[in-house]
Amino acid sequence: MGNRTPLYESHKAMGARLVDFAGWEMPIHYGSQIEEHHAVRRDAGMFDVSHMTVVDLHGGRTREFLRYLLANNVDKLQDAGKALYSCLLNEQGHVLDDLIVYFLTEDNFRLVVNSATREKDLAWIGRHAAAYDVQVVEQPQLAMIAVQGPRARDKALSLFNAAQRQRIEPLGLFYGAEVDDWFVARTGYTGEDGFEIMLPDVEAAAFWQALADADVRPCGLGARDTLRLEAGMNLYGTDMDETVSPLVSGLGWTVGWEPADRDFIGRKALEAEREAGPAQKFVGLVLEGRGVLRGHQKVIGGSGEGETTSGTFSPTLGRAIALARVPADIGERCQVEVRGKLLDARVVRPPFVRHGKAQIELDAG
Amino acid sequence: MSDVPGDLRYSKSHEWVRVNDDGTVTTGITDHAQGLLGDLVFVELPEVDHEVEAEEACAVVESVKAASDVYAPIAGTVVEVNEELNDAPEAVNQDPYGAGWLMRLQPSSVEDVERLMSPDEYQEYIESE
Repeated sequence: MGNRTPLYESHKAMGARLVDFAGWEMPIHYGSQIEEHHAVRRDAGMFDVSHMTVVDLHGGRTREFLRYLLANNVDKLQDAGKALYSCLLNEQGHVLDDLIVYFLTEDNFRLVVNSATREKDLAWIGRHAAAYDVQVVEQPQLAMIAVQGPRARDKALSLFNAAQRQRIEPLGLFYGAEVDDWFVARTGYTGEDGFEIMLPDVEAAAFWQALADADVRPCGLGARDTLRLEAGMNLYGTDMDETVSPLVSGLGWTVGWEPADRDFIGRKALEAEREAGPAQKFVGLVLEGRGVLRGHQKVIGGSGEGETTSGTFSPTLGRAIALARVPADIGERCQVEVRGKLLDARVVRPPFVRHGKAQIELDAG
Repeated sequence: MSDVPGDLRYSKSHEWVRVNDDGTVTTGITDHAQGLLGDLVFVELPEVDHEVEAEEACAVVESVKAASDVYAPIAGTVVEVNEELNDAPEAVNQDPYGAGWLMRLQPSSVEDVERLMSPDEYQEYIESE
């Protein structure tokens, strides 16, 4: 039996099909993955993401520690509650994990890392934290619910009292706030507006039910994957891992190069790679005809071969889409090998969909 | 609870077979199979006149989650495929034994159908899986 979140019984009661995900019994869907996907694009959906690992860092030198630990620069975080997306790199400049860091106070930053990499991350962070006298405290008692979609904020806000709403309503994009012993952030993994809400595990089931009563549709990890792919957001373990750098994973924008004298783990290797010019680049693909793209299919284009890193059928576009690592000189078109056949695809710049709208031309040329 | 109609025969790989009056057989995937696959978004069918062996992978159904082979429940020649599924693969989810049929075969030997599972046997089979 796998780990269960505080919402396990709620999922069963709501008809979820449960699957193993990184050792957790998680809902893949509650009947129809596609309808759940559309609910998030058009209205509001909610996801149990309590399996994710929340880690609090405490100590007077926490900022200094994170300047060294993370590829992105935490000095971009000057306002309390502000969040930053970053890669965690090893000395080779390869990706150990991706994470969100929240600036709470100068002696308390909060990290949210992937559950599949939990042990590796905790060991890595703990090993480097010691030199900075930073305490690494996991917060396993926190459940996490993501409420996403154009109507997600309104529906979620209706469940808070006036004083709480005053804290939550003004939150800008990528800001969070402590609200009593909850933490509410205007972040997500779908390309839609909404909140990610961390709350004590004992309160999770009641809040989940209240959201359902407010017509927020329960959505499984299946829809979460198609939504994030349409939004052009990477998934650790398939789009990038310990064998590649952020520069060939579409994550060059998350590397805080400036100031040039900030030493961070992996910097030297990344600088050398940037200097040499990466041999590959990370792009979006749209299949021209019928079929479905999947991760790790061969891509033929430019001066050689690459591969899709994840692919799916996009419910919003009605087309197969993929993220792919391909030769740097790829043109506007390529071919993907699907079950022994070469299918024509167009190279695009992700995202494919944001805020319910297609971001790419479907029939260019 | 999956629907298992009483007038069909079933394969272990979750295809159903209906014997038509003209001696051909119609096949598709069962309600149980479509439930496991989830929302179908693409169906790849064989060419008409293609000869299939029993248990040969001859079609592919793809859901948002994964691609899955469909096996010929018996040997025969493909005489018709359900072209409607090109534009409406969701018919397999909505009506797996009706509008969601996949192909029609001229069996090499119609007795082969008798070797497939009866509805009761199939019901028991999916409950034990």
